[in-house]
Amino acid sequence: MNQRRPYVRPMTGWWKKNPYFVEYMVHEGSALFVALYAIVLLVGVLCLMSGPAAWNGWLAALASPLSVLLHLIILAMVGYHSYTWFKIMPRTLPPVIIAGRRLSARCITTSGLAAVAFCSVALWLLAWGCA
Amino acid sequence: MKSELKRSNAPIFWGLFGAGGMLAALFGPMLVVITGVAVPLGWLPAKTMGYQHILNLARNLIGKGLIWALITLLLWHAAHRIYHSLHDIGIQGGPLAKLLTYGIAMAGTVITLVALLVMGF
Amino acid sequence: MTEQTIVIEVMRYRPEQDQEPWPQRFTVPYSDDMSVLQGLQYIKDYLDESLSFRWSCRMAICGSCGMMVDGIPKLACKTFLRDYPGQVRIEALHHFPIERDLVVVLDDFMEKLERIQPYIIPKEPRALSEGEHLQTPAQLDLYAQFSSCINCLLCYAACPQYGLNSDFLGPGAIALLHRYNQDSRDGASQLRMQLIGAEEGVFNCTAVGYCSEVCPKQVDPANAVNLNKTQSAKDYFLRFVKPKGSCQ
Repeated sequence: MNQRRPYVRPMTGWWKKNPYFVEYMVHEGSALFVALYAIVLLVGVLCLMSGPAAWNGWLAALASPLSVLLHLIILAMVGYHSYTWFKIMPRTLPPVIIAGRRLSARCITTSGLAAVAFCSVALWLLAWGCA
Repeated sequence: MKSELKRSNAPIFWGLFGAGGMLAALFGPMLVVITGVAVPLGWLPAKTMGYQHILNLARNLIGKGLIWALITLLLWHAAHRIYHSLHDIGIQGGPLAKLLTYGIAMAGTVITLVALLVMGF
Repeated sequence: MTEQTIVIEVMRYRPEQDQEPWPQRFTVPYSDDMSVLQGLQYIKDYLDESLSFRWSCRMAICGSCGMMVDGIPKLACKTFLRDYPGQVRIEALHHFPIERDLVVVLDDFMEKLERIQPYIIPKEPRALSEGEHLQTPAQLDLYAQFSSCINCLLCYAACPQYGLNSDFLGPGAIALLHRYNQDSRDGASQLRMQLIGAEEGVFNCTAVGYCSEVCPKQVDPANAVNLNKTQSAKDYFLRFVKPKGSCQ
């Protein structure tokens, strides 16, 4: 008589049980803040379309302390997205061979973060120069 | 034996996720600083985001393209990630989940496009 | 000199008498060089002969003794009791049905192994008289890392996406699939592409990366899976452009 009765364990709360998974959920959650920022910009585009009064209203809203605080939080999460994006990048790339040696994961991540720094400076200078 | 293999359409959404993710990673932080902190607090002159200045940018074809690409790619990136995160916490990928994620991204794509076109050239 | 002891808490499950797994605590004397596997063997030899677990080589090459040690997928023979002062919790490998105690049902993985066609399928038929395939060290380097897999399934225990959807091929199977695709002697990448791009394929992966963290052989299955996302996307978008049966 077959006495087999394999037991299937539920997956509820799986991500809370390991710090690695908690971090995973946090960096996945950064997407909420990316979406939030995109919506702020979308509202801006709609205000731009509506004329100078609407646009200045949007700018005034951005200048409120609540908005600045919110954007600081968004900045932290988008920054965390940047950091974790390039942390995982070595897993998503094929082996990069330079001068006969394979580029290390640390090198790929550092290059990515350097690119973030470069783009950030470029964008700031562009904004500064265009003003 | 398993039934016929069905080709997944995931590459479309994954591609958008990747493009949006790269854009957000490289330019996201500084954009948030400029629009959300620097200009509001006066670290950059107010005319950086002045109406006429930005309108000129948005009336330019390339400017339109950049603004549209930025907003929509960020939305598609977030939609894909949030959709999968909902799946991760046990909320199955039904039509409602798709609507609240990809649906919003699609809506944002269309609304932004229309708004940019209405603004003219 | 007083003997050191450790409490090994094992999740037991005996289908003929248990409704669900339950923890049983054993006090085990140990020395600094004892592995978790040796601890389990002590329990079976002296405390409870009914405890069931898989093991073989006891040197981290056969892949039999995968289990959860304090919630982390580990090879019992390569994990040491001295690193868990006081108490350690042992459970069957996550994401697989429990057969009994620490023994899991592996049928799903076995079936997936077969489906990926893990053997050289030459580009063209080759007669014996043509001699062996020649391969340079550089060509070997392209797949060597992925050939190190010992099928221990720690990566499956680590992968939440496999846990949530066991239809997913999973890190181990895809790493082995990639090993064959990358082998210069093989010509079946396009054939295996169907599996990669299917609903049970690579896009179930959300780049958690934990599989590569727990792999005892540094196979980096996360790399194999995520590289194949790019390959699959290329296949998806370019399939209308490329003629059928074209280059690998």
